[in-house]
Amino acid sequence: MTLPTTLDEAVAALTAMPAAVPVAGGTDLMAAVNSGQLRPAALVGLGRISEIRGWQYQDGHALLGAGLTHARMGRPDFAALIPALAAAARAAGPPQIRNAGTLGGNIASASPTGDALPVLAALEATLIIAGPGGARREIPVSHLLAGMEMLRAGELIGYVRVPLLHAPQVFLKATGRTGPGRAMASVAVVLDPARRGVRCAVGAIAPMPLRPLEAEHWVAQLIDWDNNRTIVPEALHAFGEYVAAACIPDPAPAEDGSVQQHPPAVLHLRRTVAALARRALGRALS
Amino acid sequence: MSNEAATATTAAEAAPAPEPIPHGLGASLPAADAGAKTEGTFPYAADLWAEGLLWAAVLRSPHPHARITSIDTSHAREMPGVRAVVTHEDVPGNPVCGRGKADRPVFASEVVRHHGEPIAAVAADHPDTARLAAAAVIVEYEVLDPVTDPEQAFEAQPLHPDGNLIRHIPLRHGDPDAVGEIVVEGLYRIGRQDPAPIGAEAGLAVPRPDGGVELYLASTDPHTDRDRAAACYGLEPERVKVVVTGVPGATADREDQGFQLPLGLLALKTGCPVKLTATREESFLGHTHRHPTLLRYRHHADAEGRLVKVEAQILLDAGAYADTSSDALAAAVAFACGPYVVPNAFIEGWAVRTNNPPSGHVRGEGAMQVCAAYEAQMDKLAKKLGVDPAELRLRNAMATGDVLPTGQTVTCPAPVAELLQAVRDYPLPPLPKDTPEDEWLLPGGPEGAGEPGAVRRGVGYGLGMVHMLGAEGADEVSTATVKVHDGVATVLCAAVETGQGFTTLARQIVQETLGIDEVHVAPVDTDQPPAGAGCRGRHTWVSGGAVERAAKMVRTQLLQPLAHKFGMSTELLQITDGKITSYDGVLSTTVTEALDGKELWATAQCRPHPTEPLDESGQGDAFVGMSFCAIRAVVDVDIELGSVRVVELALAQDVGRVLNPAQLEARLEAGVTQGVGVALTENLRSARGVIRHPDLTGYALPTALDAPDIRIVKLVEERDVVAPFGAKAVSAVPVVTSPAAIASAVRAATGRPVNRLPIRPQAAVVTGQ
Repeated sequence: MTLPTTLDEAVAALTAMPAAVPVAGGTDLMAAVNSGQLRPAALVGLGRISEIRGWQYQDGHALLGAGLTHARMGRPDFAALIPALAAAARAAGPPQIRNAGTLGGNIASASPTGDALPVLAALEATLIIAGPGGARREIPVSHLLAGMEMLRAGELIGYVRVPLLHAPQVFLKATGRTGPGRAMASVAVVLDPARRGVRCAVGAIAPMPLRPLEAEHWVAQLIDWDNNRTIVPEALHAFGEYVAAACIPDPAPAEDGSVQQHPPAVLHLRRTVAALARRALGRALS
Repeated sequence: MSNEAATATTAAEAAPAPEPIPHGLGASLPAADAGAKTEGTFPYAADLWAEGLLWAAVLRSPHPHARITSIDTSHAREMPGVRAVVTHEDVPGNPVCGRGKADRPVFASEVVRHHGEPIAAVAADHPDTARLAAAAVIVEYEVLDPVTDPEQAFEAQPLHPDGNLIRHIPLRHGDPDAVGEIVVEGLYRIGRQDPAPIGAEAGLAVPRPDGGVELYLASTDPHTDRDRAAACYGLEPERVKVVVTGVPGATADREDQGFQLPLGLLALKTGCPVKLTATREESFLGHTHRHPTLLRYRHHADAEGRLVKVEAQILLDAGAYADTSSDALAAAVAFACGPYVVPNAFIEGWAVRTNNPPSGHVRGEGAMQVCAAYEAQMDKLAKKLGVDPAELRLRNAMATGDVLPTGQTVTCPAPVAELLQAVRDYPLPPLPKDTPEDEWLLPGGPEGAGEPGAVRRGVGYGLGMVHMLGAEGADEVSTATVKVHDGVATVLCAAVETGQGFTTLARQIVQETLGIDEVHVAPVDTDQPPAGAGCRGRHTWVSGGAVERAAKMVRTQLLQPLAHKFGMSTELLQITDGKITSYDGVLSTTVTEALDGKELWATAQCRPHPTEPLDESGQGDAFVGMSFCAIRAVVDVDIELGSVRVVELALAQDVGRVLNPAQLEARLEAGVTQGVGVALTENLRSARGVIRHPDLTGYALPTALDAPDIRIVKLVEERDVVAPFGAKAVSAVPVVTSPAAIASAVRAATGRPVNRLPIRPQAAVVTGQ
């Protein structure tokens, strides 16, 4: 176990020991270690790297350190900056998990139910990857989650670059229980008033967050951006249905032309996505 | 030490008026180990250690049904650090064993019948080596089609030499031709609850010089576990000793013989102490679960809503082995109509074998599943008649003197109507409209997606009953010894403290009887006489009764010489706060003086009146006693997402007598909350016999946020004359009743039938608005 204090030291440690595994909050990794599923040859602890535990501003964007904990992101000062990410952080499990789990860890473990992921997808966030020799490269978060680009040996997620939109954002999650639980489905909606755009991402129903782009474009035209961002309730309702149908499409007709119905559990999931999307946009515009 | 004493003194001085330490029956005596348990210093089985110990691991079947064609342990044996590998060939004694019925192989030899069945066990010098070696045992399987639908079990090929039908009870009571003007029918399904003890199974086996073995286990029934182990090892029971360690949670028969028996075998084979701590996954695979149940009901009632006849078919999925399924089925059939007067009842009950995870005792077994069904039927009946559901239940409520469908007359207090009226008349919780909207706790929880406009509130009722102690002729007996020396009393009794509070109660009983405040309860092992399993309230009743008798015998021994000296009977002498006084105040001495350095011992037994097995038509006085409970549930349902939040559960229960108010309250709250799990989230899912997600992320136990406000509205203290102290068992009946009450409330909120537990979100959605 090594405990570097800078990002470059951490990258150097990982490069020196290719079998080492980086660990930040350890909420996923240590559970796997404790249950005997994983026996890492060595660990590189990222907890002492102070440069990635805060955030800074950079030409209209926030540069979030990958070591920011959920608990930190849930606080009001952060919520004023990126409300949807704060809401996702507050919904991410019980306090013990939120105190330890980090933004970078959420991205790196890329669990389908990672609560920060749909928000980052909706925000079109990019990742600053630190590589050997002080190298930095930038990739969109969706490229990493979709597997279009991978982290290379010795690389670490250093920062997450998020645009500051200065407009309402909503993250909603359905868990099927009152206590903390994994999302059955989650929806992030962010408004981009400068571009008169709505961006939406649906989490937990697929291996990575889904973006219903057509539904976003369609609903953005129906919002009266100059008049308090009003919208007719029917449009909200239709947006929900549109998003749900885009994410969980009807089954393709069989060869004989007959159309199969989805099983009840899938229909329920689709209704859930529709309700979440409608509620999320409604709250963002209210 | 001196530091601690100093702090304690300061604390005592700082307190304005030091509260007297509660003692005796009826007082809220705190548990002696509560401090250690909250601070994490209490030793559980997983904390045990012995010099030179080896670690065990068990190889379990990945298939729910397969024929074993070969087992090759040579690779595992050759691994460095491995000391022993045992399979079915190494069992010197009885190769089959089992709770209730011996039909389960210690290790599978020819056939595996459920996912997770033990096949081999390894002892090695490191836990990782043991696990790797277990994985290196090469087992060749011929995978067979699993039977996972209990309805198919009747027709399927026998899964076991004993056949697939474990028990069938065709209960017939009254006139089969009776019909009611109103008939309602329903089909209900109850899922598989896991007892999910907070501490997973662990144990240590230490070989003895005499060729025997000592097993350190968190056993809840040490003598039965010992006898089973001895039979398997081919040893006399005296050469196997079970020492009970701290029990980290037991709402069921918590121990899994699949690791208990191999532990001792490995210790005997290697001559070294052997320890095993199960992972959570093994825990889910190994121990028994609540019976998944399929129920079909038809209720007949007259125009006023009085029940005329109940017909029911109850199918319990016992899993691969019989275990205690026979007892669960007896309870399910006997209480199939609930605490209602039903003149004619025709109940068919079956417990069948499948390749699903094994089922066994989980508190309220049998009674819980039928309660959810008969209460759903009562709701249906009320709806059809247009009567208030509580009113309909009141019209049919059972009372003392009424007859169960088994023909047994209810002789104990049965204040069912009083309980229901108490919860019905209790004020409803207010709607949160006076608090700011962002403080509302909506279904889905804080930061959830709940929207006030989509939330509907519902109120529902549940009435439940369970039996106490073992049924159908089980010999329920317990033996306890009380010793007094030097002004300190000690209780020796093999009743295991599983969290039910027996040790606290034993201290209270001795305090009450002997007037001695300092009472210790000795640790339990099988060198003591048996006290039986810790379930169905038996230790409060049977072991508590034995402790009381032993304490009374000590009291007589203590007072006899004094009474004789003053020419009065011992009844005229009184012991309070360590002082002995006579009724007229002439005599006044202390217990210490009266003891005069002597040591007094007494041992006594308590055995309640016998019961009889149910006959071929399900008739018989099978139960020693019963307890009853009424719960009113208030739920909020988000009718678009189907998320349910239980807002409040108001409970009234028939407790006989309150022996420890704080402990009683804790037991009721725990029971109700376990019921919330059954109602909403707890279901150990399996796909074609393979357990999905055997972890606490996939298996959602209620958290503090899921637990509702629990209001104990009324505790009816009508003493049960046949029970010691008149007290009834309290823990099981809230578990039985709260799922039914919650389902009833969700029905009221949504208008949906809700015929399946746990309630899935799609069953609580209201569509087509």
